[in-house]
Amino acid sequence: MPIEIDIAHVARLARLDLDPDELERYRAQLGVILEHAARVQTLEGEPRVESAHPLGLVNTYREDAVSPTLDRDEVLSMAPEAFDGFFVAPPALETE
Amino acid sequence: VIETGFAAAGRRLRSGETTSVTLLDTALDTASRTEAQIHAYLTIDAEGAREAAARADADFADGLDRGPLQGIPVAVKDNMCTRGVETTAASQILAGYVPPYDASAIARLRDAGAVIVGKTNLDEFAMGSSTENSAYGPTYNPWDPDRVPGGSSGGSAAVVAIGSALASFGSDTGGSIRQPASLCGVVGMKPTYGTVSRYGLIAFASSLDQIGPLTRTVEDSALALASIWGHDRLDATSFAGDYPDPVAGLDRGVEGIRVGVVAELAGEGYEPSVESAVSDMVARLQASGVEVVEVSLPSFEVALSAYYLIAPAEASSNLARFDGIRYGLRVGGATTEELMARTRAEGFGPEVTRRVLLGTYALSAGYYDAFYGQAQRVRSAIQGDFGRAYEAVDVLVSPTSPTVAFEAGARTADPLAMYLSDICTIPSNLAGHPAISVPIGLDDAGLPIGFQVMAPALGEEVMYQVAAEVERLAEFSIEPRAAAGVS
Repeated sequence: MPIEIDIAHVARLARLDLDPDELERYRAQLGVILEHAARVQTLEGEPRVESAHPLGLVNTYREDAVSPTLDRDEVLSMAPEAFDGFFVAPPALETE
Repeated sequence: VIETGFAAAGRRLRSGETTSVTLLDTALDTASRTEAQIHAYLTIDAEGAREAAARADADFADGLDRGPLQGIPVAVKDNMCTRGVETTAASQILAGYVPPYDASAIARLRDAGAVIVGKTNLDEFAMGSSTENSAYGPTYNPWDPDRVPGGSSGGSAAVVAIGSALASFGSDTGGSIRQPASLCGVVGMKPTYGTVSRYGLIAFASSLDQIGPLTRTVEDSALALASIWGHDRLDATSFAGDYPDPVAGLDRGVEGIRVGVVAELAGEGYEPSVESAVSDMVARLQASGVEVVEVSLPSFEVALSAYYLIAPAEASSNLARFDGIRYGLRVGGATTEELMARTRAEGFGPEVTRRVLLGTYALSAGYYDAFYGQAQRVRSAIQGDFGRAYEAVDVLVSPTSPTVAFEAGARTADPLAMYLSDICTIPSNLAGHPAISVPIGLDDAGLPIGFQVMAPALGEEVMYQVAAEVERLAEFSIEPRAAAGVS
């Protein structure tokens, strides 16, 4: 059964700026892969729970104590742009 | 050609027959002769390695012994953060990234006195089965440079096969250690989920990723694992209970061990040479005293489908951190969203883009339950099937890969064909269980065939016990053509 994919919507959600040719290529490839993946829906037997950690670990907590962290200048030295102890980015909202 | 593993080299180090500096020089010399053809390393840190080797030799001279990896030249996959040494995950988006910290596994290697020669090539972000998805060019198979080494830890498998490191470490999300080990004729092992810290391993699919060793012998594998595993408070999924002893069973033999042969991991798609080598090994194990049982795990039929929903779903979430703002590549834009979308489109290669789109789709509104939710239920079914099988047997065996190393370029145009490379290895990741690939022979073209031994969670002792017998029976010799051909 062919699977419908609104590839432009998916690319927007994934923050990927792809051109129309790329979008069409990925849409076709995802269709083939998802048709195979849809076999998960053929699983028989009683409904099962979704599983997480194989050893059954649940939440782990550390003590709420202050410990050393990475050096700020060293971390910022890897940023494409930094100023006065901050990362620099363009506006998150479009300006008028 | 190195005939034996690092345990033997360690004995020579301790008797004074050799030095760590000598072992390192041999590894670096081998790399300089083979890298142009094989391209297994992305970065060689000769300076850092020389310092570590000199320190190891000084420690031996002072009577300080940190264990089996002290003074041993090792290589690590380039998706593990190494303080001060470029770490790219074979992606353009991380070109030039120098981590300000060590991954926990790397820190343990340094504490154990290991000499880190360099960072090995991989499929970008560990997504692939051939190491052809590297943004820095593919790695080739040391047994036949026209063929792939497998992946995603292809560089880590190749350096061990060729001797440009005596052991290496990779990561295994769906078979990324075991499948390249199989295709390159070395031993590759994925530990129980939660036993090796993932802190500082660049995340692909967090519920599946596990770091593990690639080595020339089964004993080396057990020793290397023992050097890096253990509870780590920096990884919230790290296991804090009692760990098994991986070396305890190595010399015990296999009398009375119950071995299950997985019915679903055979038949269509499996090369006859692989099937006959595997069934021959099962017969020889039987002659060694194991009880052989054929077992069926029906949910394995849909394991691959579940994996290709769960892994991309987790990847789409994990890779959201590559945003062009805090580190890595930036392509400019008028708004933050435009900057992110341009940076990611430019920085991610086609396979990573494909999986991010796939995962985003599987998690998106309206499709979540039919795809991701159902895949997680398949995962429970697989764990259930494994659990029932292990009531009757101690270990399960199968081929590691349905085929030997395939030709470079053969599967790059067909993502689904590439995904099928991992059909035998994926179930252990979905269940979180340990599994190992041991080389057992060559096909008619001289290409290695791997044999997989799977065990239940924390079953490393019996897994290594059987793997050691497989190794004794196979008498496999690691002599890849490319290493022999260039001197």
